[in-house]
Amino acid sequence: MRGSLLGAMRAVFIRELLLFWRRRTEVANILVFFVIVTTLFPLAVGPERRELAHIAPGVLWVAALLATTLSLNQLFIIDYTEGSLDQMLLSPYPLTALVFAKLAAHWVLTGLPLALLSPLLAIQMALPDKAMGTLVLSLLLGTPILTLIGAIPAALTLGVRGGGVLVSLLVLPLYTPVLIFGAEAVAAAAGQEFAATAHLSLLAAFLVLALAFAPLACASALRVSLD
Amino acid sequence: MIKYLHKYGAPRRFYAISGRVLPWSAVITVILFVSGLYLGLYWAPPDYQQGDAYRIMFVHVPNAWMSMMAYMALALFAAAGYIWNIRLADILAKCTAPLGASFTLCALVTGSIWGKPMWGTWWVWDARLTSELVLFFLYVGYMAVQASIEDPRRAAHASAIVAIVGVINVPIIHYSVYWWHTLHQPASITLTNQPKIYITMLIPLIVMSLAFMFFYLTMLLVRARNEILVREKDRQWVRNLARKIV
Repeated sequence: MRGSLLGAMRAVFIRELLLFWRRRTEVANILVFFVIVTTLFPLAVGPERRELAHIAPGVLWVAALLATTLSLNQLFIIDYTEGSLDQMLLSPYPLTALVFAKLAAHWVLTGLPLALLSPLLAIQMALPDKAMGTLVLSLLLGTPILTLIGAIPAALTLGVRGGGVLVSLLVLPLYTPVLIFGAEAVAAAAGQEFAATAHLSLLAAFLVLALAFAPLACASALRVSLD
Repeated sequence: MIKYLHKYGAPRRFYAISGRVLPWSAVITVILFVSGLYLGLYWAPPDYQQGDAYRIMFVHVPNAWMSMMAYMALALFAAAGYIWNIRLADILAKCTAPLGASFTLCALVTGSIWGKPMWGTWWVWDARLTSELVLFFLYVGYMAVQASIEDPRRAAHASAIVAIVGVINVPIIHYSVYWWHTLHQPASITLTNQPKIYITMLIPLIVMSLAFMFFYLTMLLVRARNEILVREKDRQWVRNLARKIV
């Protein structure tokens, strides 16, 4: 019997959340990684507050980007090894829609906590208070793009040896626009020179593009990998 | 049209045709390179600002152009191979990648050698330099996927998706780096505001660009022919070929 498409998407979404909840240490590890990477910078650069505030937007964004990249390896691998990915492929629903639900769940469990955690680390990095809102907003807009784009290489490298490093290699060049505008938005909000809205609008535009095309590309990538 | 592609896209047929084209394109490449280098290094007058140092342009600019053209070719071949399942297109895409990466690397290296005397530094985070660097990373990623998947068909399909996603992103990356730069600070050094190029410098540049294009064609044919022989090594026609040589 065939239910509605939205019903199927909801089922995938809830299943993902549930599965993630049962492996919650893995999700927590991503966040811990984010915290540790950010903490390394003051240790390396020195605790001078002005200097820290200067590099804070870049550091926070690079750390969030690396944390997301790490999380990509777990995106499909378990479903791939246990075979439920094959079932999704065989199901009567379009794979693109199911992948979309899966990615949405992934973002709720990685990108969203990263964005919510970021102000805490921003204090550590001496980021001015007035930039906090922009930081959270830029991460809220930016991390879904990271998940969406990153899912394509993650799907392509399923079952490939050395897949983890390969994913980072493939995905980091594609992340440059997001990194540039994300970090720049925060830097603009921290300084006085420019308004951050231009950067945030561009991030939102990227998000729309990624929402439209990335699940499609990701579904084709999965078809190649499961062929 | 697709039937036609399949007919001429049969590796064996391509091998025969390319064997006849290859000597010609090799000869043309050599002629163009010799005359281009003569024109560029000897015939063209020295620049009134940069003296003779600007002559690296005749190698640098064609390399930079080719790096982008090769990526377009790579994406087109990859897409054709992915969409219509043309094996030859897969082979051409695979063989284009290292060539394109070399063009990109040469463009970066010659650019930085040129930058040292002109700007006083090896590297500037200029928009063009940065996007060229990202382009190099895209090539590397493509080749890494090709190398890590053994089954040639899956490797071709997977890397085709990488190439297509990459080619959609190239303009986005380029413009974001460009806006990043211009939003950040007024450009202190731009490559675009060079003194207007004179005809005596333009001619060697065009000849050198053509030389690089034919060089790409020649090398692509050589590489593709090798790749075809490797992939079809168990086929009768390759065995006959080998028997003839040995």
